Amino acid sequence: MTPAGSLLTAHDLHKSYGSTPALDGASFSIHPGEVVAVMGPSGSGKSTLLHCLAGIVTPDRGTITYAGRELSTMSDAERSALRRTEFGFVFQFGQLVPELTCVENVALPLRLSGARRKDAERTALTWMERLEVDDLGAKRPAEVSGGQGQRVAVARALASSPKVIFADEPTGALDSLNGERVLELLTEAARSANVAVVLVTHEARVAAYSDRDVTVRDGRARDLEHAV
Amino acid sequence: MSIGHTLLGLLESGPRHGYDLKRTFDEKFGHDRPLHYGQVYSTMSRLLKNGLVEVDGIESDGGPERKRYAITEAGITDVSAWLAQPEKPEPYLQSTLYTKVVLALLTGRSAADLLDAQRSEHLRLMRILTDRKRKGDLADQLICDHALFHLEADLRWLELTAARLGRLAKVVNP
Ligand SMILES: Nc1ncnc2c1ncn2[C@@H]1O[C@H](COP(=O)(O)OP(=O)(O)OP(=O)(O)O)[C@@H](O)[C@H]1O
Ligand SMILES: [Mg+2]
Repeated sequence: MTPAGSLLTAHDLHKSYGSTPALDGASFSIHPGEVVAVMGPSGSGKSTLLHCLAGIVTPDRGTITYAGRELSTMSDAERSALRRTEFGFVFQFGQLVPELTCVENVALPLRLSGARRKDAERTALTWMERLEVDDLGAKRPAEVSGGQGQRVAVARALASSPKVIFADEPTGALDSLNGERVLELLTEAARSANVAVVLVTHEARVAAYSDRDVTVRDGRARDLEHAV
Repeated sequence: MSIGHTLLGLLESGPRHGYDLKRTFDEKFGHDRPLHYGQVYSTMSRLLKNGLVEVDGIESDGGPERKRYAITEAGITDVSAWLAQPEKPEPYLQSTLYTKVVLALLTGRSAADLLDAQRSEHLRLMRILTDRKRKGDLADQLICDHALFHLEADLRWLELTAARLGRLAKVVNP
C-alpha cells in the first residue's frame, strides 16, 4: 500500500462536509526531497487533500501514512507534535503573527519546540538571509510587502528543518516576478535540504517548478506517473 | 522572426563580415536554432540587391574572400519601420488541438484523454524551460518567460475545454 521509498502516502481518501463530497477516493504519495504540484479546478479538493495529508483534517475514510506510521492511530497530541517538528506550512495569506517581529515569527516554531530564544533567532536569521529578507528582522508583518511577507513565511516553514512543507497557493497573492522568486527560493532551499514539498496551485507556471504533478478532479487525485 | 531585419539591425552598430553576423545572431537570438551559412549568404544578397546594405570592403588574408557589409540609409529606415510596426497577434483560431478534440468527439474516442496527454506534454516542456530559466542569464530568462506565458495560455485553454467537453460533445454530435 505504501510505494517503495515514499515519505508520505495517502490511499483512497474520502471526506465530506455535510452532503458536499470534498474528497472521493484520492490517493497521493511523495518521496523525500521531491516537489509535487497538486493541481486542479477550484473546489476540486486540493486544499482538503493537503489538510488531510498534514493531519489538520481527519478524513472520513482512507489511510495516510507518514514515515511508516498511520496518522489515524496517533493521538491529537502526537499529530500536533508531528506537525510542529516534521512539517512546515506556507499559505496564501495571514500566516504570520501580527504582534511578533519577522524574526520572532520565523523563530516561533523553534521556540515552540523548546529552543532557547537566542539559538532560535540565530537559526531564523540564517533562513531569512537565504530568503533575502534578513534586513526585515525587526519589522512587524504589517510593515512589510506581500512578497516580503511570503519570503518570511517560507523562512519560517524551513526554520524548524521539516521533512515536508505544505504550501497552498503560496504565490497566489503575488505578482509574477515576486511569485517566481519566492518559488525559486522555496524549491531550491527544499531540494538542497532534502525537504519534500506539496505545492497546491492552479497555475501551470507555478507547477513548472515541481518535479511532477498530480491533478485533483471532483475529489479524486489522478497521479498519472505514480498510480498508487 | 525576420532574419533580414535582425541582421540589418546588427549592422547598425558598424560593418561586419557574414561570419561575424552569424556568430552574433546565434549568440543573441539563435539559442535553439543557429543560422546556416547559406541563410546568411542568401539574406545578405537580397539585402544588397534591395540597397539596404552595401559592401564596405573585401578581405582575403590568404583564405577565401570575405565581404564586409555596411548598412545604408535605406537600411536604417527599414529597421526603424520594422521596429515601429506592431506584430500581428496570432490568434491560432484554426488550431490543430481544436481539430483533434472535435475529431475525437466525432469518432467516439476519448477527448478527455487527449486533453490530459496534451496537458502533460505542455507541463513537461514548461518544466524544462523553467529549469533553463533558473540556471540561465537574463536573456535566457526573458526568452524562456515568453515561451512559458504562451504555453500557460494554451494550458488554460486545454483546461477550459476539458471542463466544457460535455457541452462540446452535444454540439459536435447533435
Ligand atoms: N470547511 C469546509 N466546510 C464546508 N465545505 C467545505 C469546507 N472546506 C471545503 N469545503 C468544500 O469542499 C470542496 C473542496 O474544497 P477545497 O477547498 O478542497 O477545494 P480547492 O481545490 O482547494 O479549491 P480552490 O482552488 O478554490 O482553493 C468544495 O466544494 C468546498 O466548498
Ligand atoms: Mg484551496
